[in-house]
Amino acid sequence: MASFTLKVNGKQHQVDVDPDTPILWVLRDNIGLVGTKYGCGIAQCGSCTVHLNGNAVRACVIPVSGVGDAEITTIEGLSPKAEHAVQQAWIEHDVSQCGYCQAGQMMSAAALLSQNPNPTDKDIDNAMNGNICRCGTYIRIKDAIKTAAKNLS
Amino acid sequence: MTLIRTKHNRRSFLKVSAAAGGGMVLGFNWLVSCKPAAENVVEVPKEWFNINAFVKIGDTGLVTIMSPNPEIGQNVKTAMPMVVAEELDVDWQNVVVEQAPLDTDLYTRQVAGGSQSIRRGWQGLRMAGATGRRMLLEAAAKQWQVPIEELTTDKGVIYHKSSGKSVNYGEIANSAAQIEVPENIELKDPKDFKIIGKPTKNVDGPKIIKGEPLFGLDIQREGMLISTIIHPPAFGMKIKSFDASEALKVNGVKDVFRVDTAPEEKEWSDINAFPELIAIVADNTWQAMKGKEAVKVEWETVTPGESSEDHENALEKAILSSADEPARKDGDPETAFKNAAKVIEKIYSAPFLPHNTMEPMNFFAHVTADKAELVGPIQTPESMRKSISSLLKMPLDKITVDMTRMGGGFGRRLYGNFGLEAAAISKKMNAPIKLVYSRADDMTQGTYRPAYKITYRAALDENNNLTAFHVRGAGIHGGPVFANRFPAGTVDNYLAENINVESNISTGAWRAPRSNFVAGAEQSFLDEVAEAAGKDPIEMRLALFERAIQNPIGDNNDYDPERYAGVLKLVKEKAGWGKEMPGVSRGVAAYYCHNSYVAQVIDVIEENGKPKIKKVWCAADCGIVINPEGAKNQIEGGIIDGIGHAMYSAVTFTDGKADQENFDRYRLIRLREAPMEIETFFVDNGIDPTGLGEPSLPPVMGALANALYKATSKRLYSQPFAQKDIVMG
Repeated sequence: MASFTLKVNGKQHQVDVDPDTPILWVLRDNIGLVGTKYGCGIAQCGSCTVHLNGNAVRACVIPVSGVGDAEITTIEGLSPKAEHAVQQAWIEHDVSQCGYCQAGQMMSAAALLSQNPNPTDKDIDNAMNGNICRCGTYIRIKDAIKTAAKNLS
Repeated sequence: MTLIRTKHNRRSFLKVSAAAGGGMVLGFNWLVSCKPAAENVVEVPKEWFNINAFVKIGDTGLVTIMSPNPEIGQNVKTAMPMVVAEELDVDWQNVVVEQAPLDTDLYTRQVAGGSQSIRRGWQGLRMAGATGRRMLLEAAAKQWQVPIEELTTDKGVIYHKSSGKSVNYGEIANSAAQIEVPENIELKDPKDFKIIGKPTKNVDGPKIIKGEPLFGLDIQREGMLISTIIHPPAFGMKIKSFDASEALKVNGVKDVFRVDTAPEEKEWSDINAFPELIAIVADNTWQAMKGKEAVKVEWETVTPGESSEDHENALEKAILSSADEPARKDGDPETAFKNAAKVIEKIYSAPFLPHNTMEPMNFFAHVTADKAELVGPIQTPESMRKSISSLLKMPLDKITVDMTRMGGGFGRRLYGNFGLEAAAISKKMNAPIKLVYSRADDMTQGTYRPAYKITYRAALDENNNLTAFHVRGAGIHGGPVFANRFPAGTVDNYLAENINVESNISTGAWRAPRSNFVAGAEQSFLDEVAEAAGKDPIEMRLALFERAIQNPIGDNNDYDPERYAGVLKLVKEKAGWGKEMPGVSRGVAAYYCHNSYVAQVIDVIEENGKPKIKKVWCAADCGIVINPEGAKNQIEGGIIDGIGHAMYSAVTFTDGKADQENFDRYRLIRLREAPMEIETFFVDNGIDPTGLGEPSLPPVMGALANALYKATSKRLYSQPFAQKDIVMG
């Protein structure tokens, strides 16, 4: 066990955990932020996507010891009142079916739009390729990203 | 207006029960609060009044409607309360939806399966709303001393036109709760529906986008431990011995033990190849996962490990033999084939498929000496409760099973072995625990979609009329053929056979069981038959349906040929079938399952020299569409899911061990591979509604194969298509 201070959604959290604990489990089990989901544990499904200094990363494979003073943003911290253009577009397009993968999808989408405000279809395909949805909401995800891009411009 | 007696399910409408006591908050309070969301227009009530098991009305007019069935992403948590709200006649903006507790006396069929929630819930949900409205009206009539017939309602307000009086439901709810449940109630005329038929957003959408705790895996409790499990690495194996000494040295690991989770009395849902497991219990998830890696297990072989080649050979052998008894035989197929001018014969196959819900199996259990509390994602909570009662030897009334929102079901969560495992582990630990499967545990556990092989034969006479049809299907486990479905009833000489092939791999229901294979095979085959006959594939099918309408063969055909033909005609019209579209290759399919009818046309184009799915046109007949938004989403999801599994997914075996354990080697469809567009059209016929969780998936596999044939000149017989025959753009 070791002590780490993490900056999550703008707040400092001190946690005592094993250094190899992936930040996914620190967020869920120690900090109580369960919006970030477990899906595969090997960075293949994207359910655990969070932002590390604004970049979309898979929280299931990043050990807490590797975070340092980087800022972590989870779905709970994407915007104070769920007013991020991506969240609003997800509602407008009624994207969710089971909803389990959607936090990861939204975090990937938000990172894409922060770096590329006007993504092409190809850009969206590439940015979202790491996020699986078994319910099959992909067309709505794509439409929602386009709406969010429009609302951000 | 329909007059209906409330006798059916009457207990549901009697007020005040243990499950819905006066003013109390129902369910598990970490999930539920009666706070109105931002979009509700009225204030938080101080007091709630129970009208019946489905309806509570707050003093401000806010209405709580219980959603009885498990929510797996099929969106019944929105659609079922919409039906209640319609008959109650309230403003949907002032409705708060709660997941009902498990109580099958009150809520009857609390199962998510077979796309039946809407079909089987329809009448009861309408009655729940209508009964509540009637009681509110009686209370107002009594208060104002006016005849009830002079009262009207709109959006949660009762009006008496001639006196100009009006009262909000919230103001009269207390009196209404005292009214005797009426013997007869009136249901609305569907033409007066205001909520049903209106596109309505997922009631949990605002919580999902915030990442609020909704799922089983999100459960946190004081003093809760986390458990992982180890099940045998291959089918046919069991635990011989294990050494936990290294695992117990892992920080946070509390205990490692062998646990038997087989109930003495089995429910149908107790399919489990691995009832005996090793449990690893730790303070948190990561420690439990690390502990698991450190356990050394010696396995023993009970039955031989099978490989995919064995399965292929066994299925091949089965379809070259014949069933002991035909599932159905009309006319004299043998003679018809002998006399045929042309015989077309093709074989189709498909692999085992894991469900791969994005949320892996998990369950919370807290078992003490005198009671057991279970919470988690389960499609069959009542069956789980019975099995746990048998496993723990504890009376049913000491066991509660609460339903969380589920991160997918697709049939996997019909089989509640994980709940039994959680209960057994909690009992041993004498502590609240949450059982968490890793993705590999989940993907290699079994209850797969069976592996199938099927052979079709069609006989054509010299005028290219279909004179005989023969289908023989084999599956591990269970043959896939529905003997009384189309084309039964349309051909004079018909033979259907099903052959079961045994195996130690465990199989179970998977989104649209059997249909998820047989529809694709049959609809591909019909495309070939139409081509051989020189006929348009839609016209050929319509002619067969016409035969079934005018002069059906046999009297046990389990489809309505007019509705079947109806969806084909609708998709034909909408897609503009028949007109030449340069660069576009088209395929068509139609299928009936789970009481709904679906037809699809797929347009494939070429991109960078590879085929790409441009658009799917879909026509569906599910009767009255309760929520067009949710219904379209289900149709789209089924189409993408069906295309994905037909193209990319398979689990194969070597010596009983699954070759794919995670998404690095197991392929699910990804965003770039989805169709660019899906357009859905519903038949508007006013028939009582049926479900949509499954029906759009089966036919799309056939429409896809037929479109890809047009694009590539290759017929596709073996799923997954992408591995062998086709590279997509």
